[in-house]
Amino acid sequence: MTDPTALTVSVNGAPVAVAAGTTLDALVATLTDAPTGVAAALNETVVPRGRWTAAALTDGDRVEVLTAVQGG
Amino acid sequence: MSDDLFALGGTEFTSRLIMGTGGAAGLDVLERSLIASGTELTTVAMRRLDPTVQGSVLSVLRKLSIRVLPNTAGCYTAGEAVLTARLAREALGTDWVKLEVVADERTLLPDPVELLDAAETLVDDGFTVLPYTNDDPVLARKLEDVGCAAVMPLGSPIGSGLGIRNPHNFQLITERAGVPVILDAGAGTASDVALAMELGCSAVMLASAVTRAQEPELMAAAMRHAVEGGRLAYRAGRIPRRHFAEASSPTAGRAVLDPERPAF
Repeated sequence: MTDPTALTVSVNGAPVAVAAGTTLDALVATLTDAPTGVAAALNETVVPRGRWTAAALTDGDRVEVLTAVQGG
Repeated sequence: MSDDLFALGGTEFTSRLIMGTGGAAGLDVLERSLIASGTELTTVAMRRLDPTVQGSVLSVLRKLSIRVLPNTAGCYTAGEAVLTARLAREALGTDWVKLEVVADERTLLPDPVELLDAAETLVDDGFTVLPYTNDDPVLARKLEDVGCAAVMPLGSPIGSGLGIRNPHNFQLITERAGVPVILDAGAGTASDVALAMELGCSAVMLASAVTRAQEPELMAAAMRHAVEGGRLAYRAGRIPRRHFAEASSPTAGRAVLDPERPAF
């Protein structure tokens, strides 16, 4: 049975189940421990790193986590 | 030359070669190429974080003390480009952005309407905007008018190596521009780069010409010298083109020799 407290969010285009109350900070930490060089957008809005801990995810949120790669 | 600094966005650079990092076979060869190029400013793209990737282009740039210039490569609308620039600012702590808004995948030519729209928004948002643009003197002027810190016309499509297809347009742009003009895209080899500088470009931006060359490190050195050579030639002022020869040796004082008595 599906956990009623779980949320499904889209992370870089893939559905991910997270516990209710999960913050952006905790979500990004599952992808990387890099202290810099990473940015996140929540529903097409940039969330500054300093506000990740306060950004609680809600069901259906779209999260993009970007970094710099070779290009240009 | 040390007295010929390149001022861009309020910063002075010694090198007039802006490098890209796309297309390099690995970070090792990229690092050697960047060193050989002498570049002080190098672009990166912003992409979804892949936890499985080892090593980072950022660590290479940091190690070499090269300033990072994020781009908005892959954006097709002003909205995507603005959001990507804002993410780059957040991730990399720079408000400089090489703005790319392309129209289609086949040509990767800039979409002028979306580009101008994004440029204006980003300038208003405090960015130092360096737009990749068509070799269109009118669009270049409009980009300057909305506050871009430079204009970066393409010589020919990205990665094509076709050089500068319309040198006259470049001259029209450089003659009038009040901001640095930087050749962006199309350079295939050293002569393309020298020509850009001779036409009055303040700098050259390239990637594929080096990263996809048979010997990237060697080509990076070639590009460095071509930028410097072209710049010196531009400053020196070339001779006018003439239809007929003009003797470089004096005509006065020639010996009078009897043409009927050949020496052999």
